[in-house]
Amino acid sequence: MGTGLGRVRGLGSAKQGTHHWWMQRLTAAGNVLLMSWFVVSLLRLPDLSHAVVTEWLSKPLVAIAMILLAGNVFWHLRLGLQVFIEDYVHNEASKLGLLVLLNFFAVGAGAIAIFSIARIAFGGAV
Amino acid sequence: MSRNHSRPLSPHLTHWRWGANMLVSILHRITGFGLAIVGGLIFAGWLLSAASGEETYNWFLGLFTVESGAINIVGAVFGIGLTWAFFTHLFNGLRHFVLDAGAGYELNTNRTWSIAVVAGAILATVALWAWLLWPTIGALVGGEG
Repeated sequence: MGTGLGRVRGLGSAKQGTHHWWMQRLTAAGNVLLMSWFVVSLLRLPDLSHAVVTEWLSKPLVAIAMILLAGNVFWHLRLGLQVFIEDYVHNEASKLGLLVLLNFFAVGAGAIAIFSIARIAFGGAV
Repeated sequence: MSRNHSRPLSPHLTHWRWGANMLVSILHRITGFGLAIVGGLIFAGWLLSAASGEETYNWFLGLFTVESGAINIVGAVFGIGLTWAFFTHLFNGLRHFVLDAGAGYELNTNRTWSIAVVAGAILATVALWAWLLWPTIGALVGGEG
């Protein structure tokens, strides 16, 4: 489908819009649950001292939920900021550069968060 | 792709009379952007500093708190700002789930829920921070807190 010129330029639908839309909703639903749990949990801690926070993060269910939260949050923000960039950055080079930067940020920060939780949970942070 | 200047543009923000639905739409993007960049960095930084040991963690907390553990001005701006952004994005996200189901597009309904999202997020932010800062407010007002 589409015009021959459009095909040559590689423009037009990538046929992945529905998947993007669906994952945005799926991670949004996950965020509603996980972020609500996270915020309530933080408010219920006696304080945010290192001892209190690391002890909390050492509990298996807390660590698992936090890892799911980190993955879900950074996936969701990657999808959201992608739309943000595609809508507002019209220069092809800048757009490509920002999309690469966004992926590095989302995957990098997500890896930092997940490894940090694991290290605390396995007793490596003192 | 560069714009062809001989082609007309569709009417943009400055050409429309503002309505609650437009406000909440742009707020969803702004708060999403803020939560993603500021919230994402603070979240990852908080966990990384906690995993790096107590000294690093205390340094990180020190960016947002004073010696006694109470929040400083940076902590207040980021804390209250992120709280408001979180509630706005959360409430409007829930509103979007309803819209995705094909409901709530009638003009009055749409307007009502848009206003409810904006007002609800402000109320939730004020309520949460009033509760968090209650001891400090009590001490400032009358001493018996």
